[in-house]
Amino acid sequence: MNRKRVIVIGGGIAGMESAANLASMGYDVTLFEKSQELGGHLLGWEKLFPTMRMGKDVVKFLDKGVHLAKVNIVKNSNITNASKNGNLFTVSCGDGAKYESEALVLATGYDIFDAKRKEEYGYGIYDNVITSAELEEIFLSGKPLLTTKGEIPKRVGIVHCVGSRDEKVGNVYCSKVCCVTAVKQSIEIKEKIPDSNVFCFYMDLRMFGMHFETLYKQAQEKHAVNFIRGRLSEACENMDGSLLVKVEDTLAGKPLRMSVDILVLMVGMVPSEGTKKIGTMLGMNFGANGFLKSQDQHTMTSISNIPGAFFAGCCGSPRTINNVFADARSAAMMTASYLEAYDIEERITYI
Amino acid sequence: MKNFGFSLSKDRQIDFDKSDKRIMDFVKIEEPTFNICIACGTCTATCSAGNFTEMNLRKMITLIKRGEITGVRAELSKCMLCGKCSLACPRGVNTRNVIFKINQALEKYSL
Repeated sequence: MNRKRVIVIGGGIAGMESAANLASMGYDVTLFEKSQELGGHLLGWEKLFPTMRMGKDVVKFLDKGVHLAKVNIVKNSNITNASKNGNLFTVSCGDGAKYESEALVLATGYDIFDAKRKEEYGYGIYDNVITSAELEEIFLSGKPLLTTKGEIPKRVGIVHCVGSRDEKVGNVYCSKVCCVTAVKQSIEIKEKIPDSNVFCFYMDLRMFGMHFETLYKQAQEKHAVNFIRGRLSEACENMDGSLLVKVEDTLAGKPLRMSVDILVLMVGMVPSEGTKKIGTMLGMNFGANGFLKSQDQHTMTSISNIPGAFFAGCCGSPRTINNVFADARSAAMMTASYLEAYDIEERITYI
Repeated sequence: MKNFGFSLSKDRQIDFDKSDKRIMDFVKIEEPTFNICIACGTCTATCSAGNFTEMNLRKMITLIKRGEITGVRAELSKCMLCGKCSLACPRGVNTRNVIFKINQALEKYSL
């Protein structure tokens, strides 16, 4: 039997789930991961919103998916070239190995916004300014959340929309996950340090997902987390190492300043370097925000401008984990239907 | 001192590190639904007193949470305790009791 082959690039949630689905349909699937471990950003996350279940449970589910379906896995892959010649895709790696396939799924994900670019918030300048991803690393390590002087913080400030919805850094889009991450991390801080006060500085709270609103109410009701509507203009360091934040409390209609012991920046998602590199090698179209562009926003999601090349997950746009699962399965379905000669493009009656 | 015709403007900024949070701390314990306000303004839109006076419960709750309590007593005196705000609140804040408790805090701390 001559099985049709699929190359999946990126071993995060999107890549693992689309690879597992395609392999379980009988295709010969090879999954490429640049690091030594599958799981992507999820490996750095302790608990997941809105249920607070462990991130590693989801990694196990994905691992089992690729192993049960017998996906070929190439770790530490350094892809030096990816192209389509005739009807075949060719991927070359740094070690000289070459792979061919009839279809390809790109799942190269996102990078975390570099918080140093919002210099006015003091990340990389002041010791007690950290990112949401670093806070998650602290949770994951089991270590206590302390100031750099080793003290338990009495007040923690959380800044929403860092690197998102901000023309000053060139990112006009919403990263979707940060609002609810702020709520989740506020609750976790309060659970670990009940005497602390947590203040979230937000522009809007985008609690779009099922149960997000419940989590938000829980943060207020059970944990007395404070929400102040207003975007920080700046943070500066006090003599004692705490941070003075300046904001307009837009609901009170007054400028406000307060000291916090630790400031957490909710960093957004940007298109990953891998997405840019491999998308460009293949000649894929990018949208205005730098993420991969589908043939049609409503009807042709996951379908790129290159016949036989599809994409899944956060290389297309910022997404929550459950949205990535849905998208990965959808991309697998579109890939399989392409391999079975189903021509979805003949349905397009507009343009 | 010689008057040069200049005056000093009072700082409008809320200094959260120094503001007076006694009313907030009292109401948070006495009526915990005070915490779940999302400042939507439904209470203020339905407020009978608010149609004729400057009474604005939404803003008052926000200011009390920031420790800005000057003028709370004067503003609250306009409330007739009709309770329409409690019926309208989409979040289930017991606004009428919040007002009672703010009043009690004003008495307790002689504010």
